[in-house]
Amino acid sequence: MDNLIALLIAAPLLGAAVLLCGGRALDRVGHWLGTVLAAASFVIGAVLFVDMLGKGADARTMHQHLFTWVPVAGFKADMGFQLDQLSMTFVLLISGVGTLIHLYSVGYMAHDERRRRFFGYLNLFLAAMLLLVLADNYLLLYMGWEGVGLASYLLIGFWQHKPSAATAAKKAFLVNRVGDMGLSIAIMLMFTTFGTFAFGGVFGAADGASEGKLTAISLMLLLAACGKSAQVPLQSWLGDAMEGPTPVSALIHAATMVTAGVYLITRSSAVFNGAPNAQLVVVVVGAVTLIFGAIVGCAKDDIKKSLAGSTMSQIGYMILAAGLGPIGYVFAIMHLVTHGFFKAGLFLGAGSVMHGMNDEVDMRKYGGLRRYMPVTFVTFGLGYLAIIGFPGLSGFFSKDKIIEAAFAKGGTEGWILGAVTLLGAAITAYYMTRMMLMTFFGEERWRHAETRSPDAPSAEPAAAGRGAHDEPHPHESPWIMTIPMIVLAVGSVGAGAFFGIGNRFLNWLEPVTGHSEGHSPVSAGVVTTATIVLLLVGVGIAYLQYGRRPVPAVAPRGSLLTRAARRDLLQDDFNHVVLVRGGEHLTRSLVYVDHSLVDGVVNGTAASFGGLSGRLRKVQNGYARSYALSMFGGTAVVVAATLLMRAV
Amino acid sequence: MNPVYYLYLASLLFTIGAAGVLIRRNAIVVFMCVELMLNACNLAFVAFSRLHGNLDGQIIAFFTMVVAAAEVVVGLAIIVSMFRARHSASVDDASLMKL
Repeated sequence: MDNLIALLIAAPLLGAAVLLCGGRALDRVGHWLGTVLAAASFVIGAVLFVDMLGKGADARTMHQHLFTWVPVAGFKADMGFQLDQLSMTFVLLISGVGTLIHLYSVGYMAHDERRRRFFGYLNLFLAAMLLLVLADNYLLLYMGWEGVGLASYLLIGFWQHKPSAATAAKKAFLVNRVGDMGLSIAIMLMFTTFGTFAFGGVFGAADGASEGKLTAISLMLLLAACGKSAQVPLQSWLGDAMEGPTPVSALIHAATMVTAGVYLITRSSAVFNGAPNAQLVVVVVGAVTLIFGAIVGCAKDDIKKSLAGSTMSQIGYMILAAGLGPIGYVFAIMHLVTHGFFKAGLFLGAGSVMHGMNDEVDMRKYGGLRRYMPVTFVTFGLGYLAIIGFPGLSGFFSKDKIIEAAFAKGGTEGWILGAVTLLGAAITAYYMTRMMLMTFFGEERWRHAETRSPDAPSAEPAAAGRGAHDEPHPHESPWIMTIPMIVLAVGSVGAGAFFGIGNRFLNWLEPVTGHSEGHSPVSAGVVTTATIVLLLVGVGIAYLQYGRRPVPAVAPRGSLLTRAARRDLLQDDFNHVVLVRGGEHLTRSLVYVDHSLVDGVVNGTAASFGGLSGRLRKVQNGYARSYALSMFGGTAVVVAATLLMRAV
Repeated sequence: MNPVYYLYLASLLFTIGAAGVLIRRNAIVVFMCVELMLNACNLAFVAFSRLHGNLDGQIIAFFTMVVAAAEVVVGLAIIVSMFRARHSASVDDASLMKL
């Protein structure tokens, strides 16, 4: 059984190699090949899962050693895999959601002539992501980490003819690189501290290491997590990453890749547990991002960017929970899995809406779509109820646990974190309700979109005639797209209850991450009640603003906060002023120093030797008589010196 | 007669020769001045030979004459060919060996 682990990765990797190298001959079948190989990976994962369930809780970890990758003297890095309950959870999530999204993409990308390449990249992503979660040492994990970064770059910029997509891809790659540097530094620190970076070696030795070293490693790992999971301060790329095709946003930038940071922190729990200060930083990062993403999500009119803000916010919940230590790890992963279901479902729903609306993303040009897209409406609605934490659905179980764990942190911190998570829940309810109302309810703003536009270009007489032709005809997506949405909606509804009731998920994951019950100052019932009340408040405010009143087709100016939030709370402006300008000034001053000081010394030396030799050259004037004079002079000097020496 | 006077004469002749080499431009004259310097040396050698009472100086004088004869042959040949090529016997005109 252990030998099947490599096949999990090999299947999609084979798909990527065949599809990317195969050429146009595979254009007709490429998408089905990719989907089948993704499904194969899921089937292998399921077989391993069943096998794992048959074993005792302590005997579930499987290992497979392929070969020694880097043998250097006494040190070696293995190409080895480790499949335990944590990896298993990820494998099923990645390959399961991955397969569904492959299926969806068959329909979504049907008219794209580069569909084969798209599926090649998707398979490449699956292989890299599975490598990331299956690695049994940090170096191999790093390889997967870079692999998903590459796949993310390729897929964000898939429509590379759009300058905005190409720029967004570059931005994502560069911001991720900052985080990746953190991971590589963490690996180097581990090597100097422990002499190994195999999981077993590092976690075994973590108890004996000094807290300072553990804190340094933890902070570098956190930097890596911030980059990959779009947490403050490296969050700026996720909104722009929505330039990619919607299935990519669903798979990579909602369900799987962006949660790699949570995986990294949970996997490294032994290191983080020994560094309470670093854990505090993790919690702060999570809390700040939670609110940050939620505020951005409230202001965006672009349905995908609003969902991206929401993703950021929900991952903030997970990071926060992971930072709480053993009381939170399990719930971080549980929220990760339920989030994987409902957020992927929401993104696929958004993609389905765009598909029926001529790729329009502005929610102000939607409205009343529930009559035209019933399946999308129902699945999106179930995802909506799940994410806001409607009692009984997935988000309710997982988010509630995180809020309880935040209170259980204890002391003032506990109260602050609890308040922040509760506030986040309220804002989540607000922006998701806003999205729901703007998209599926209200008047059909798309109907008059062209004729109503006040600044229609009069110079283009054809514009009026074309308007009626361009009016979107919203329609339900084909079955190949709705089936994945239905499956994910079922997950959104049932996963939370399945995991939460009877602590099934807790018992499953506890042997890997450890768990301790915190002592919450408020009872679970009070927390749940408060969550539901705040949820209703959020929904209510959104209903008053967007349900009762008509939604203006052109965004109103809005308050200062709204305008800032539309600009992603000025994150790009901040980066521009501090990093870009600062960098420019730094390089400019360095260039100045280089030109004046360094070049000055070098050129000055050269010039002085040049001048000296120019003067010396004049001695060689070619006149025989002048040479004769210098000979006589020299002889006279020698004779005089000889005589003087004798006299002395 | 005191042989020291010969030395005075030798140094006078040498000085005249050296001054001629430095001052004159005509290659033939410069050449003759070089001969003058050589012969001044010869005179000094012979005078020293007389002073010390041995023949070493006289032998060296012979060597000098032989060398001078050879030098005349080579030198005059150079001067003649230079004159043929450039229609000038000025040493300053032959100042091409410079940067």
